Amino acid sequence: MKSESPGPLIRIEGLSKWYQMGGETIKALDCVSLTVYQGDFVAIIGPSGSGKSTLMNMIGCLDVPTEGSYRLDGVEISAMNDNQLADIRNTKIGFIFQGFNLLPKLTAIENVELPLIYRGVPTRKRKAMAMDALEKVGLGERMHHRPSELSGGQQQRVAIARALAANPPILLADEPTGALDTKTGKEVLEMIQHINGQGHTIVLITHDLSIAQQAKRVIRIQDGKLYEDWSDAG
Amino acid sequence: MNMYQGIKMALGSIMSNKLRAFLTMLGIMIGVASVISLVSLGQGSTQKVTEQVQSLGSNLLTVNVTGRGAQTSLSYDEVLTLQEKPGIDAVAPVVSSRVTVKAGNKNTEVTVEGTDASYETVRDFHAQEGRFLLPIDVQFRQKVALLGASTAEELFGFVSPLNNYVQINGIPFKVVGVLEEKGDSMSGANDEKVIIPISTAERILASPGVRTIYVQAESPEQVEMAEAQLEAMLTKKFKGDEDSYRIFNQQDLLESVSSVNSTLTMMLSGIAGISLLVGGIGIMNIMLVSVTERTREIGIRKAIGAKKRDILFQFLIESVVLSGLGGLIGVALGVGGAYAIGHFSDTSVVFSWDVTLLSFGFSLFVGIFFGLFPANKAANLKPIEALRFE
Repeated sequence: MKSESPGPLIRIEGLSKWYQMGGETIKALDCVSLTVYQGDFVAIIGPSGSGKSTLMNMIGCLDVPTEGSYRLDGVEISAMNDNQLADIRNTKIGFIFQGFNLLPKLTAIENVELPLIYRGVPTRKRKAMAMDALEKVGLGERMHHRPSELSGGQQQRVAIARALAANPPILLADEPTGALDTKTGKEVLEMIQHINGQGHTIVLITHDLSIAQQAKRVIRIQDGKLYEDWSDAG
Repeated sequence: MNMYQGIKMALGSIMSNKLRAFLTMLGIMIGVASVISLVSLGQGSTQKVTEQVQSLGSNLLTVNVTGRGAQTSLSYDEVLTLQEKPGIDAVAPVVSSRVTVKAGNKNTEVTVEGTDASYETVRDFHAQEGRFLLPIDVQFRQKVALLGASTAEELFGFVSPLNNYVQINGIPFKVVGVLEEKGDSMSGANDEKVIIPISTAERILASPGVRTIYVQAESPEQVEMAEAQLEAMLTKKFKGDEDSYRIFNQQDLLESVSSVNSTLTMMLSGIAGISLLVGGIGIMNIMLVSVTERTREIGIRKAIGAKKRDILFQFLIESVVLSGLGGLIGVALGVGGAYAIGHFSDTSVVFSWDVTLLSFGFSLFVGIFFGLFPANKAANLKPIEALRFE
């Protein structure tokens, strides 16, 4: 794992995001600050409408802030253009979505290869990396199945493998268990904890306290502001 | 992302919806196929007509005399003096009329042409059986005749008509030859006629005087010279009335025929080009639908690091592959169709590589041009919004 970077992996300072809606300005994020170090497992918990998704979009470099600074792995993100953001997403962040977001027409391994294709990894190396990632999540046997031939838990594991394949410093999980039943949800969560144990930094976004409590740090988000919940830290 | 990956991705997504891909390509296929087959047919007919015109005899000039006042024709002797003019190699005067030709109990209405021996070389029209007219036939007003191939068959069936007699306007003529088959050309039915000596014709047709003269120039370069000589002579004869005669130049005829043909070909390929354009609009339509359908896919791809140009490239390649594939199938259909038409009908087909390459290139261009807008739309989608799309 890559762990030499001296500073924090994520440093958010005074970050705000405003939306214009029908002439009214909505402050989805209001001057928040957050620091995440290498190897951390942070859960961000909040009800819907709290600014959770906006924060995830910011951390995931899917959107840029209106104000404030976001340094990811020492690089300032807030002033980047679309292409630079795409590059950052490709190399620094692995996404795990609630709805899995696999491409239905591609097999498991092709899905996992996708971020590597956009990174320009040559075919042979790419296949090896994708197989590696699938084996890590225990799906070495089902590489050539399409998402529709896999169970929900398996699909989410393919998604985790896709996030892991490019070996990014941060895994960003948005309600990873939201679309799964309790049992498979638990399995997936265990896998995420396992991955964290291997040194991957994880930011998990959820509305479920019991899931958030599996993390090392829990941060509450309410009305666009963040509150660190030290008492729950594992 | 490299080219190879892009093409693989595009092929994958095209293959996942084969019927739609086929229907999308159909417009381009029909466009390319029709350009190729129509142009092949057009060029084929140009070539055929050109050959026909040339088969009338090279360096040929045709003079038609309509006359002025009472002077409506030239005399045979006057025509023969033309032979001495510079640039003119040979002249074949023709006196012609419609007559009834009878052999046994069969009769037929044909054109009888009274001419002399030089007709054979000037018109490049030989006897396939027997002999052509000789100077002596003209000199002694012999009652001999050559039959056109069709006329011979009509009157005598498959029996050789040589040395048999036919009656032209009731006067018996001995058949001394049968003309070779030439098929129909612009000067009319070549195979349905009877040729007799001009001196005999002037008598029996009761219309002395030559109204048609075939003139052979010494060489293609001399055609203009010969034409000028003819004009000088005829203008003098008809006292400056230029409307009393017409000179047809083989070259002029060729040029006008080929210009008519190329206009036709242009028009046909224009229409076919429009169908290519319509095919392109079909591609754009389907690509736009496809972009909307795959908004979520685009969102996922962008979230995991696809750049704008990766998405643009993906959709552009898809539309180019669609149109290119359609173009290839169209080329196959067009070439096949042209050959089939050439094979099963007597239309001649000239296949041209230029047009094939051009129409295939145009189909690729249509793919790029009409793919650009949908691809750009896809590339400019915001990842957050695209991911939220259901």
